[in-house]
This record gives sequence, C-alpha cells and structure tokens, in this order.
Amino acid sequence: MGQLPPHLELQRSRVSCNKDAPIHTESIQYSGAYASMGIDNSSRLDRFSNNFRVEVVRLNEDDMEFDMIGIDAAIANSFRRILIAELPKMAIEKVLIANNTSIIQDEVLAHRLGLVPIQNDQPNEKNTIVFKLHVQCKRGSPRITVKSDALKWLPNGSELVKETRNATSDSSSKPETYTYFCCSQETIPEFVKNPIIPKYPDIIIAKLGPGQEIELEAYAVKGIRKTHAKWSPVATAWYRMLPEVVLLEDIEDDLAEELKSKCPVNLFDIEDLGKGRRATVARPRACTLCRECIRGDDWEKRVALHRVKDHFIFTIESTGALPPEVLFTEAVKILEDTNA
Amino acid sequence: MEHGSFTDNSAATFSLTDEDHTIANAVRFTLNQDPRVTFCGYSIPHPSEARVNIRVQTTGDPAREVLKDACQNLMLMCRHVRSTFDKAVEDFKASNAVKAMKIDSQDSSGDDSEESE
Repeated sequence: MGQLPPHLELQRSRVSCNKDAPIHTESIQYSGAYASMGIDNSSRLDRFSNNFRVEVVRLNEDDMEFDMIGIDAAIANSFRRILIAELPKMAIEKVLIANNTSIIQDEVLAHRLGLVPIQNDQPNEKNTIVFKLHVQCKRGSPRITVKSDALKWLPNGSELVKETRNATSDSSSKPETYTYFCCSQETIPEFVKNPIIPKYPDIIIAKLGPGQEIELEAYAVKGIRKTHAKWSPVATAWYRMLPEVVLLEDIEDDLAEELKSKCPVNLFDIEDLGKGRRATVARPRACTLCRECIRGDDWEKRVALHRVKDHFIFTIESTGALPPEVLFTEAVKILEDTNA
Repeated sequence: MEHGSFTDNSAATFSLTDEDHTIANAVRFTLNQDPRVTFCGYSIPHPSEARVNIRVQTTGDPAREVLKDACQNLMLMCRHVRSTFDKAVEDFKASNAVKAMKIDSQDSSGDDSEESE
C-alpha cells in the first residue's frame, strides 16, 4: 500500500475541529475510496491485527479506562451499545408484598427494589434469586430507615405459603410456595464462598414510622437493558477520540503566555529557550475541545485542533455485578456470537 | 430473510429481525472493506419495529456469500480484540502488582510501624 498525500491522509485519519464546526468527521470505509490513486483502502485482517492495540490507563473494581487504537468507530460503537443495552444482569423483577403499611406505595417500593444492584458474578437464567425483606418499626420507638442490607437472600426459595384452592390436599406434603427449588442455592459451588447480597448496603429503600411494617419477597431474574434500565450492567460506558493539538508555528513570548492563559484545562506549557519562551503542548489528552485557543484574530493559523479517528479513549463504569474488564470481554463475545 | 432475484444473485437485501444499529453498522463497515462490494447500506424501516434491512450489491459474487464473509471477518476481528484486550488487562494488573510491591518495600524499609501491625 502506497502513501496518501499528506492532506488526504489528514482528512482520512483526523477530524479537524475548526472555529465554526468540525470537518472531515466521516470515516472513509469504502475499500475503493482511493483506488484512482492506486491505494488500497480495504482492510485485511492481518493488517488490522498488526495495527490494533489496547492500552489500559486505569482499572479498579468499579471502573476502567483504556485506549483502543486502530479500530473503526463502527466497531467501537457496537461494543459501547452492547455494553449498555445487551449485556445480561440480574435484577429484582417480581415483588410479592405480604404487608406494607408504610407511606411508600407498593408499586413505588417495587420499583425502588428493582433498581438495587445485586452482587452476583454468575448471571444465570436457570435460577431465580429470592430475597426477603421484613422490617417493623415498633410503636413508641423512633422512625427507622430501611436500607438495602435489609434484603436477605433466601437460598431455599420462597417462604410464602401459597393458598391452595382445594382444602383436601395432602397435609403431609411440604406446603406449596411460590418457587420450586429442588435444592438449596447455597450448595451451588459459585455461591458457597460468596453469598448473594446487594452490592451496596446503604441504599435507602423506605422509611418507617412507629407501628409501620413492610414484609415482602423479591425475585431477581436475568434480563437486558433493552427491556428496562435496572438490568444495565454499566452505570455508563462511553468513548471519545484522542485529541491532538498541533502548533502550526512557533508561538513565543507574549503570545505563548496568552495561549497558556487562554486554555481552561491548562493544556500548554511554556519552555524557556534561554533568550525567549516558547509554548509547547503538554497534556493533549486533557483537551475538551472548547476551542478557546483558536478564538480571536489569527489564532486558527497558529493552533490546529484534531481528533484521531481510530484512537478511542473508552471508559466503562460498572454497577457492581461484574468487574468492568469482564464486562468488555462479554460484550465482545456477544458481538462475536451474533455473527457466528 | 433474503430478498433478491433468482437470475441475478449478486444483489440482495437481507432483513434481520431483532437486530439494530449495533450489528448492522458493524457489518456495513466490514462489507464496505470488501473489494467485491460495489454498494452496501442498511436501514431501519420503522423505529418501533426491531428489524434492519441490509442491502448488498457485488461485482458478481453471490451477495449471500459476501455477507457471510463479512460476518466471519467481523467475528475474527472481535476475537482479536478480545485476546488483545485480555492481554492488555493482564499486563496492566501485573505491572500494577509490581508497583504496589515496590511501594510496600519502600514503606517497610523507611518505617514499618504501620505495615507490621
């Protein structure tokens, strides 16, 4: 593959952010786009494999940031969309309310419960997770706040007994409840060491006054965000293109000072040349594209703002069910499977 | 579902149900990268209907095969992304563990009152 002339290469690989509007925002995907110049724009898998890189910037339990380099926006966006809308997670879906004398209505309470993130490494459609919540505020005692740690996991399934219609049913058999668990979930190897609990113990669910009581059972099932936001495994996931700031000419002395003070994120530094000062680009990643630096007379001729089209700064914030790096791997697997 | 003609199989529209921009845009990208494709594009006929139509026109090869190849390509790309990503995360964790160890050792050599307790 030959080389494109510099001005076309700039159009192909960078978004130019001018004073009025960004230009060359589209990515050139068509394989024959540069055929007349004898340049092959088609992507060979080996070429992609050689160029693609991932660099992790930050990684902890809840969120991560990494750079994806050498991939088209179409694919990166698919990953983002899958992370947000198609990754399955467990969330409370059905709530059986046995008693609720608090001021919060049943349906509002059920909705609040649905949004509580549950710590569960194994989203599994085979088993429902059952929680019990039973809190009472005694008469004469002060008001209490019900927090998410009041949700207790029931590994043996529901404890609420179903009312059977025929009274002649066999009294010796086990009373019929709302779930049919053949064995306790505590015996499932994944749950032996880490029992299922809400991810955060201090989410306020309701407040009870003296004499009020809530008794309910909540059933968590597997779902995806397309159905309801409570099944979202990520708080959010987003990417931005890498900013690139180019100084088109040497900016010296007073102009350098002016440039440094123009930038609200303090992107520029000034280096001392001995007999003068010159502005340098120190922290291009911090650029928010506010375009302050190209505002005013002639500044557009001195500074150029670009974004690198195939360099994505990807951020994933997990809600806690799965660590972010696992989420991304799962997302890629989903895209892989839809094509298989 | 495939809509095309019996006599000329080099052009066809594929209608995928229960899919959206996520897959269609990615497939369009890989299709566009294929030199055999003269035209490709996708549309979502109605926003409240989970369906995408992908149009493929080729230089002569059956559109169906070209689309299959594009999907295959996308899958292989994903596989490569996954392995690269896993490796990057592993490397990051390893290098971080080394860094943490170094900090610990510096701390313990300076004052080990907190570390030992």
